[in-house]
Amino acid sequence: MAGTSIMETLFQRSLEDLIKGFRQQQVKESVFISKAMEEIRREIKSTDIPTKSNALQKLSYLSSLYGLDMSFASFHAIEVMSSSQFLHKKIGYHAITQSFNDDTPVMLLITNQLRKDLNSTNQFEVSLALECLSRIGNIDLARDLTPEVFTLLSSSKVFIRKKAIAVVLRVFEKYPDAVRVCFKRLVENLDSSDPVLVSAVVGVFCELSFKDPRSYLPLAPEFYKILVDSKNNWLLIKVLKIFAKLAALEPRLAKRIVEPICDHMRRTGAKSLLFECIRTVVSSLSEYESAVKLAVVKVREFLVDDDPNLKYLGLQALYIIAPKHIWAVLENKDFVVKSLSDGDFNIKLESLRLLMAMVSEDNVAEITRVLVNYAIKSDAEFCNEILGSVLSTCCRNLYEVIVDFDWYVSLLGEMTRIPHCQKGEEIENQLIDIGMRVKDARPELVHVCRDLLIDPALLGNPFLHRILSAAAWVSGEYVEFSRNPFELMEALLQPRTNLLPSLIRAVYVQAALKVLIFCLYSYLLHRDNIASSNHDNLTSGIPELVSTREGPESSDLATSEDPSFSEQYDSFNPRDINQSFEDLSVENGEDITVSNCQASSSSFLGKNSFTQESIVSLLNIVELALGPLSGSHDVEIQERVRNVLGFTDLIKQEIVNPAVRGKENSAMDVTDAFSVVKLMRDAFSKELGPVSASAQQKVRIPDGLLLKEDLADLETICGDIQFPLASSFSFGGTQYAEIVGVSQTSLQSNDETEPSHESTSLLADHRKRHGLYYLSSEKSEIASSDYPPANDPISQGKLNDDSEDLLKLTEQSLVQKKRPNHAKPRPVVLKLYGDEIAIASKKTEVKGDLLSGVVRDVLLGDDAITAPSQSSRSEKSSSKRKGKEKLTADLPSESKENLQGEEMPSDHVNTSSRKSKHPSHGKERGQKSQGKDGEGKEDNGVKEKKKSNRHHGKHKARQIANESLNVVAQTPVIPDFLL
Amino acid sequence: MGIRFILMVNKQGQTRLAQYYEWLTLEERRALEGEIVRKCLARAEQQCSFVEHRNYKIVYRRYASLFFLVGVDNDENELAILEFIHLLVETMDRHFGNVCELDIMFHLEKAHFMLEEMVMNGCIVETSKANILAPIQLMDKSS
Repeated sequence: MAGTSIMETLFQRSLEDLIKGFRQQQVKESVFISKAMEEIRREIKSTDIPTKSNALQKLSYLSSLYGLDMSFASFHAIEVMSSSQFLHKKIGYHAITQSFNDDTPVMLLITNQLRKDLNSTNQFEVSLALECLSRIGNIDLARDLTPEVFTLLSSSKVFIRKKAIAVVLRVFEKYPDAVRVCFKRLVENLDSSDPVLVSAVVGVFCELSFKDPRSYLPLAPEFYKILVDSKNNWLLIKVLKIFAKLAALEPRLAKRIVEPICDHMRRTGAKSLLFECIRTVVSSLSEYESAVKLAVVKVREFLVDDDPNLKYLGLQALYIIAPKHIWAVLENKDFVVKSLSDGDFNIKLESLRLLMAMVSEDNVAEITRVLVNYAIKSDAEFCNEILGSVLSTCCRNLYEVIVDFDWYVSLLGEMTRIPHCQKGEEIENQLIDIGMRVKDARPELVHVCRDLLIDPALLGNPFLHRILSAAAWVSGEYVEFSRNPFELMEALLQPRTNLLPSLIRAVYVQAALKVLIFCLYSYLLHRDNIASSNHDNLTSGIPELVSTREGPESSDLATSEDPSFSEQYDSFNPRDINQSFEDLSVENGEDITVSNCQASSSSFLGKNSFTQESIVSLLNIVELALGPLSGSHDVEIQERVRNVLGFTDLIKQEIVNPAVRGKENSAMDVTDAFSVVKLMRDAFSKELGPVSASAQQKVRIPDGLLLKEDLADLETICGDIQFPLASSFSFGGTQYAEIVGVSQTSLQSNDETEPSHESTSLLADHRKRHGLYYLSSEKSEIASSDYPPANDPISQGKLNDDSEDLLKLTEQSLVQKKRPNHAKPRPVVLKLYGDEIAIASKKTEVKGDLLSGVVRDVLLGDDAITAPSQSSRSEKSSSKRKGKEKLTADLPSESKENLQGEEMPSDHVNTSSRKSKHPSHGKERGQKSQGKDGEGKEDNGVKEKKKSNRHHGKHKARQIANESLNVVAQTPVIPDFLL
Repeated sequence: MGIRFILMVNKQGQTRLAQYYEWLTLEERRALEGEIVRKCLARAEQQCSFVEHRNYKIVYRRYASLFFLVGVDNDENELAILEFIHLLVETMDRHFGNVCELDIMFHLEKAHFMLEEMVMNGCIVETSKANILAPIQLMDKSS
């Protein structure tokens, strides 16, 4: 065994050999590595420490640079680390810091070795152990090694002390109770004469204060001293960071630090310090006008500098100022606009963010105009950044900044045409959203969508397909605003639509159906108006018709209601279904009053010539274009196409060939077709509105509806029918009860018009019963009446002066105008309760963590540390003070187990804010003097603390007795230092 | 945490030194390095040295064929980190004498050691070159 060991040592490859081997690269890298790993796995098992450590060194190297797993060597690393030779120890420690984490099983084994090394007389060994602790320290290590760290905090060697200070951060984080032990010494190091130590301590406080700045307010005087006296830029930067946090909490403190910071700003030559000053001023001292002005001057220096880094940071600083001092941005607007064409993507992005920050109701049009024009010229990535930020800025808070929706809608159309545009999804959502929310924008919306649909070039760009889908939906839904429905139909049916994905094509077909129905309705209404002079008694004819045709149909209905016939339905030919549909519509036609719908579309009748020829050609186009699609493999398309075709088939017979029937019947035919069309139109004319995200929760589950009921028996009834989604509409709806069977039949044979009709009536029914959950149009107007009232018409005179040319725009766009001159009053935007919830900026709850709780205890209640038994008591009392007793704090002996990662409930923060309202004098002084006195005792405190915890039960009575005392002693809080 | 990681990467994108101050699994490290290298190495000389990545910033600087990349928290002072990088390079320069990629390859441990002297737990603790190099020189002498 010894022999092989020697052999191995002699012929072992050193790390250097390994690296050389890599560089020669005679074999493939992966082969080389796996060979090396084989070697290492063998060598690392050696009992000879030099061999082992050499292997470990190689392994660490491979692991850190080539990402190889070295967890298998954990135990070996510990062995090497335990070596008495510093050379090996170093390698062992390095391997451990690099590879150990909380999940490493052998973690427990290093505690003793660490303790031994922390107590070593060799400062480099101590240093290794400290470094290790700072990287892998977990709760156990932190707890067990707190006494050692505490001792090292006052080590005579600066080299050790500074490291101990840095380690404290990790220890506190993992084991907050260590604060009680170490905090005082940590603070004392602030007064050290050695700048290295001060710097280290400030670094620790800088990190600590990020989590909960309030706890460190009492230390402000020390930091202030550093701020004024120190010449070390590293240190000053850290102190400034701390003050940036503290000043936000304590206005009096802010007042004190403004001047020193301005001094630094004027004096310093170091850009890093200057920038930190600027950042502190703009983020935390923004109410001090003179300081902000000075900062903005300095920012300007950054902006005009050639160094891209300074430029970038200058823009960032402006972005921080923007919300409070928009003038600072406006002052530099030319530069911001210029940066938009910088060579650096990051700078461009910052500039874009700044521009968007400037957007308000008054300048949104101009800024977005500049940006969109710029987007056309820029590369794809930045173009989409621009579009994305324009879209998100404009739709913020339900289009808060948009007044002129006609303009915005046309801007959306314009964006679509930008060649690089990839924001299909967002534009799609906004088109539909605006359609539903903003009634007044619909005419322009339809116009824009028509332009998009009609352009065959857009169909070739897959990024735009979703926008086209929205456009198709909009033009179908709001077809009554269309200037030329025939043109729209042609656009929807153009041959290039075969480039669309099938789902979007289905949307197109459905839109075509809506358009078709609109045209037919308009035509028939028109014809009806002429005819009505001859046949004034239209409505009375309908019941007659029903009675004559009731006979054959009712038998049909009877059979269709029988589920066992489901198979048979498939073979129904479309004509049959249409007939039954026709019949139904007649039955229900009685309820509908003609005059209702007449009003809405009559305005269009005048303009459009819905002649017989045009309608016939329209029907022909539809048949021609959709005919081939009826065999589509996509269910959605096929189904919808069949609907449309079936419908045209029916209508055509009625309209084109009235002569087929008896001459005296022709008027009747028109009426017949008319009722069908009207019914269809009715189905589509119900307004769709936005639905609040929380709407579903408001709907009470009706009695007797068991949502989780086993649906197995349904299976047996329905056999192999695959239930279409729409079948869910078939429950309820009393007046349609008898047609449920039919509607299913029609679903089976791809007739969708039926359910959609039915669903609206169901919806109406539902609306009647649960009216309050629906948006009635009047209601919503009331709801959104909190919008600023429309501008008085007097200002309308000036409106169109705004059309400056582009060059001027860049100049003027960013200047805020005193009074907005809007072309129109802002249209109503539907708002929902749920929207507001979503919009309301979520206030993130500030959670005081365990650590800050303890820190506060230590800083504010000094007696906590003075005596050993008191330390646990103060813990208890402090938790009592916090109001609701939390288990973790209440049972100090258990708290250790519970500490891992647990966050204290947020009432800490509340108490502290309450406390801070009662500043009192004298506390600060007390703390200092006690710190010095209590130091000696603290040493024992650490060891005895555990004991006291164990015997905690015994002390309980006394603790409670002391509690009231502590409450009195600890309420006073932030001392008036320097104020 | 301040500094989250320090990377040295050569022009080809090979990692030459990696020091993390928070625990990441090997896969996470590899992914992170890949993303950063792709993002930073593609940038031109005259572009700024700050890149936003995930929820933190990367401050980087190029010296000859080697990129020094430091991942920091968002509120860290970018210019100070640039100065830190420069200090690191100067320190290595003083120790190795005109430091190059090979020096770091063959003396990775020393480079780590220097870093450990300068940064602890993500905080910069030492900024004096003499202080940083003292222990290393002592060790060199003893071995």
